[in-house]
Amino acid sequence: MAAVDDLQFEEFGDAATSLTANPDDTTISIEDPGETPEHQPGPSRGSGREEDDELLGNDDSDKTELLAGQKKSSPFWTFEYYQTFFDVDTYQVFDRIKGSLLPIPGKNFVRLYIRSNPDLYGPFWICATLVFAIAISGNLSNFLIHLGEKTYHYVPEFRKVSIAATVIYAYAWLVPLALWGFLMWRNSKVMNIVSYSFLEIVCVYGYSLFIYIPTAILWIIPQKAVRWILVMIALGISGSVLAMTFWPAVREDNRRIALATIVTIVLLHMLLSVGCLAYFFDAPEMDHLPTMATPNQTVAAAKSS
Amino acid sequence: MAEAMESSGDGGTAAPRPLFAGLSDISISQDIPIEGEITIPMRSHIREFDSSTLNESVQNTIMRDLKAVGKKFMHVLYPRKSNTLLRDWDLWGPLFLCVTLALMLQRGSADSEKDGGPQFAEVFVIVWFGAVTITLNSKLLGGNISFFQSLCVLGYCILPLTVAMLICRLVLLAEPGPVNFMVRLFVVILMFAWSIIASTAFLADSQPPNRKALAVYPVFLFYFVISWMILTFTPQ
Repeated sequence: MAAVDDLQFEEFGDAATSLTANPDDTTISIEDPGETPEHQPGPSRGSGREEDDELLGNDDSDKTELLAGQKKSSPFWTFEYYQTFFDVDTYQVFDRIKGSLLPIPGKNFVRLYIRSNPDLYGPFWICATLVFAIAISGNLSNFLIHLGEKTYHYVPEFRKVSIAATVIYAYAWLVPLALWGFLMWRNSKVMNIVSYSFLEIVCVYGYSLFIYIPTAILWIIPQKAVRWILVMIALGISGSVLAMTFWPAVREDNRRIALATIVTIVLLHMLLSVGCLAYFFDAPEMDHLPTMATPNQTVAAAKSS
Repeated sequence: MAEAMESSGDGGTAAPRPLFAGLSDISISQDIPIEGEITIPMRSHIREFDSSTLNESVQNTIMRDLKAVGKKFMHVLYPRKSNTLLRDWDLWGPLFLCVTLALMLQRGSADSEKDGGPQFAEVFVIVWFGAVTITLNSKLLGGNISFFQSLCVLGYCILPLTVAMLICRLVLLAEPGPVNFMVRLFVVILMFAWSIIASTAFLADSQPPNRKALAVYPVFLFYFVISWMILTFTPQ
């Protein structure tokens, strides 16, 4: 399709044009972005084999695989290369957020919503919002807990914003990197049908963190039971999204390794949420002695200094 | 001309000669007048303009820049769809506003061990890196606004929040209490809404229509964080 003549510039957009240029080329035409595999029969889904049908026999997955090969054609030092990661519309971002909030058994988040168009908009801005939500909610909650005490002087605790930012961005980028490396290594040993690219894993992790934004805001309520119930709910929802996404990728593997991988993913997620709750939110008892009923020893050490 | 015809006529009967070979024999007998003016009126005008700004007094230069900045402040305070902010962008206004805001927001004493408010550098970094991130985000989403135009708009729209900071500082001189907090909350919310409206009036048009919300949300987050810093400011 590359034209030799300097005066003729390349058209990639129109299928008809490229077909007239080279009739042998394969062209993709996607008419309706609304036709997603959601319309396929849902109730009869088990856990295993239907997913394979969805992955292999589905028209859309074929098209999207081919599209993925055509998309990222710019070299990585040009601006256009990075623009391909922000090629999402508003409704697509909303759909992906909705998918992360409502995990349906049998629906794979990556295949259903990302469909070879991973974006970096969602992960980046969800993490930024989460950082500020945790820092601001923690500050507000501490203020409300200690309200009325004579010795308490309110401080905005701005340093915690940078700590929150470091923790959350490290989680959202390093854990996917480790998971991707691990999956690549297992892929070389066991032939898996499903393999995810690094950006798709980053995307899943980023969108799965969305549930923690309302959770962080609700953590302002100074009741211990309420906070732990919120932790359980949020962990349940986002953990199940992650587990259902990565189960197909490790299912073919040794049973123990597969289970260990899923358990590790969920465990790290829980560690993040419990750690944030312990560090940024004071326990809602009315005393602020150094010995607090929190499992995090570093928090106690910081408060006693 | 008659001599040229003669020479080419002679050449026609001989063996075929190369093209244009007979031109060296042509001589022009009469003068063809070729004269005129080769001056471009524009260039002389520009040269005159350059030397005039070079020779003008310092007060003129400073007043011209100050007037440009002041005009843009007026555009922010009364936001209507106009291109002045975008066309003649400058970064003096944002710098002045950011420095003022950071100076007023920094914690008073450095001896507090507990975490206090943001330092000057923290506010500065948040404002500038926040503006750069939002600009990159809108460019990556496909907006057709230039980098510095977007920085200019975002910086100038901090003006209502700087005014809110001034008002909050004045209100904090009175005795503390819930009324004090309510007044400050109301002022900050009002100025926050003003900033958002002013910046979206300038920035929203440059985005593709199905991504407007994606480009506007980071602006909302940016001004929200600045408003939070203003609201939680406590004098030492």
